Amino acid sequence: MSDAEFLSRIQFGFVISFHILFPAFTIGLAWWLAFLEALWLRKREDHIRDLYFFWLRIFALSFGMGVVSGIVMSFQFGTNWSKFSTAAGNIIGPLLSYEVLTAFFLEATFLGVMLFGWRRVSHRTHFFATCMVAIGTLISTFWIISANSWMQTPAGYELRDGIFYPASWWSVIFNPSFFYRLPHMVLAAFLTTASVVGGIAAFYLIRDVHVEKARLMLRCALAFIAITVPVQILVGDMHGLNVREYQPAKLAAIEARWETQRGVPLTLFAWPDEKAETNRYDIEVPHLGSLILTHEWDGEVKGLKDFPVDQRPPVKPVFFAFRIMVGIGLLMLAMAATGLLLWWRKRLNSARWYWYFCAAMTPAGFVGVLCGWYTAEIGRQPYVVYGLMRTADAFSGVELGSVITSLTAFIVVYAIVFGFGTWYLFKLLRKGPIAAPPLRAMTQTAARPMSAAESKGAH
Amino acid sequence: MENVLPVIWFFIIGFGVAMYVLLDGFVLGSGILTPFADDDHQRDTMMNTAAPIWDGNETWLVLGGAGLFAAFPRAYSIVLSTLYLPVLLMLIALIFRGVAFEFRFKADSSRWLWGIAFTVGSMFTAFAQGVILGALVEGMPLKGGKYLDGAFAWFSPFSMLTGIAVVFGYALLGATWIVLKTEGRLQRIAFDLTRPLMLAVIAFMLLVSAWLPFLDDTLRQRWFTWPNFLYLSPVPVLTAINAALLWRAVLRNRELAPFVLALCFFGLGFIGLVAGIWPNIVPPSLTIWEAAAAPSSQGFVLVGALIMIPAVLGYTFYSYRVFRGKVTSDTGYH
Repeated sequence: MSDAEFLSRIQFGFVISFHILFPAFTIGLAWWLAFLEALWLRKREDHIRDLYFFWLRIFALSFGMGVVSGIVMSFQFGTNWSKFSTAAGNIIGPLLSYEVLTAFFLEATFLGVMLFGWRRVSHRTHFFATCMVAIGTLISTFWIISANSWMQTPAGYELRDGIFYPASWWSVIFNPSFFYRLPHMVLAAFLTTASVVGGIAAFYLIRDVHVEKARLMLRCALAFIAITVPVQILVGDMHGLNVREYQPAKLAAIEARWETQRGVPLTLFAWPDEKAETNRYDIEVPHLGSLILTHEWDGEVKGLKDFPVDQRPPVKPVFFAFRIMVGIGLLMLAMAATGLLLWWRKRLNSARWYWYFCAAMTPAGFVGVLCGWYTAEIGRQPYVVYGLMRTADAFSGVELGSVITSLTAFIVVYAIVFGFGTWYLFKLLRKGPIAAPPLRAMTQTAARPMSAAESKGAH
Repeated sequence: MENVLPVIWFFIIGFGVAMYVLLDGFVLGSGILTPFADDDHQRDTMMNTAAPIWDGNETWLVLGGAGLFAAFPRAYSIVLSTLYLPVLLMLIALIFRGVAFEFRFKADSSRWLWGIAFTVGSMFTAFAQGVILGALVEGMPLKGGKYLDGAFAWFSPFSMLTGIAVVFGYALLGATWIVLKTEGRLQRIAFDLTRPLMLAVIAFMLLVSAWLPFLDDTLRQRWFTWPNFLYLSPVPVLTAINAALLWRAVLRNRELAPFVLALCFFGLGFIGLVAGIWPNIVPPSLTIWEAAAAPSSQGFVLVGALIMIPAVLGYTFYSYRVFRGKVTSDTGYH
């Protein structure tokens, strides 16, 4: 691996890790906003509208950071991975184009109405704009997961002279892992948002501020997590079966299995030693591995030794990232179960220790999403298109100096921009859901231009 | 079909890039002109004229990128990997410009920082785009899918000229946009900027046009042989008429006409440059047919583009209608 290629990998990992944090948050947040606005339209209670505008400001900030870091992504394929772009452009290009055509414009345009249109459009139209943004986030997820799933489990293509040609768009889009990975990511995004909403509510309860609003937020978050986490665990399990079928080497790395065996144990912890091709300090539960991975007591799981060394993914990052992700899933399950119990016992409003638990879980979703993606993407190595094109063959061959420049620039700029962004987010959160803009202004005729005198009066 | 699809896609991507250049052009231009404002209130107003629509405008750039990836993957690969550094500059500048919209209204003590980020980000975005355009028009001699002359091959007097020209061009669009969207003192400032900017842009256009024939033989033959000259003559003729109309509209203190005419002026300049590129997608030698994606790929996205682009134009029009009229510094955020 050349230095320029190695740094390009670091750069891609860096910019995509930063980027995914924002969609992971804003997908769920858009739907949370749609929910809040619908609730307000029904009940017309002021504290709901305050909550809507509070989360709208946070959404705007996060969405802005998602947009600018996303534009970087749409050029990365060409700048650093041009051989991949040339080889797979026939397949990936159209999927990304559909994402722009069906989702990005919808989100961007109606976001403007959502953020700035309150005084200019009717309540229903404003709610419509919120819904369009929320739907846009899901359409976007659909296409980007389709593109990524195709790279994991390519289908519907013909490979001629090193170039992929589409043979069936249906099979390309709905490739074998798509139906598992799409719900897995969407639920992960929803859970990320729910953890943040619940965690922030818990913070307010601990500090004894915005109590009414915080109680509403905590209940909504809790109810949502309680419904979603079990579904997510189920989907994750089905996804695991799919990985076993289509990406056995990735599964072997996830489980750090070296030998192909029947009735394999579940490794709770170990230190995989890739040189010696064995695990150290392992803690195992007999047969549980087979039971989970194959749904059979004595099911066979392939080991890494079945694959030549140059076809194995790096074991340690995949093994640990997966365990952190699952751990966070289980913590969320515990949070939901405990919360429901307290709710049922009518102690949710007084159980201080539980608020601390929820507050600590605020960033859990982000960590889970990152670790899930590390498992998926590092586990796909050494391939960029699984089994067909190696990452090493995808590299552009740009000069080392250029990559050093860009990587340094991205690290410095992201540190500044996202450092400030996070700081402003904290500022908003500390301020909390205070009063929303006045209601009177909204009853003005739709699309009526503001006159200077009018807005001076409102000021 | 195999021969027609690349032609259609050439025009769709051309349309997308033109939409981007015009729409983000006036937003970037407003950013470039923020140092000319008297105070922070006026700067707020300038940003607020674009705050509800900038994101949609910028999406045309993403469409241009993704469309190029889908329809001409080889061109996408070559252009982005060879123009690595100008593309990097553009992306970094776009980051600062984009977050400034949000950050400036959320910051207290660091407010000034995002004012600068907005101005400098807009300026460098414009410059980098001009450099990319210039390098592309000038042509990128390729060898085995790579640029011949290394990481700085795009650096030339011509690409520097187009870089600066685009900064002034966007600034002109921005000035006419500010004229349209504001009133009072700020509008006056914008009016006063329009005239010198117009002269500068006309000068840059003449300079670039005069330079083009010397860049490369194909360009000379494209423009200065019979009957090509006849077919292409409407472009310079219309540009000249447009310049005269724009000048008159500004002198008469019209509000809408300068903006519309500046857009047309810019559009004609864009057509003039693209006419020189055809039928290449990466001059001097990679044609649209050589760079084309598989017909089934181009066809598949074409269906979506034909359905979705009119829809996008429809709701873009709607959002501009919602936010029509003058903006004051109080018509601000949320």
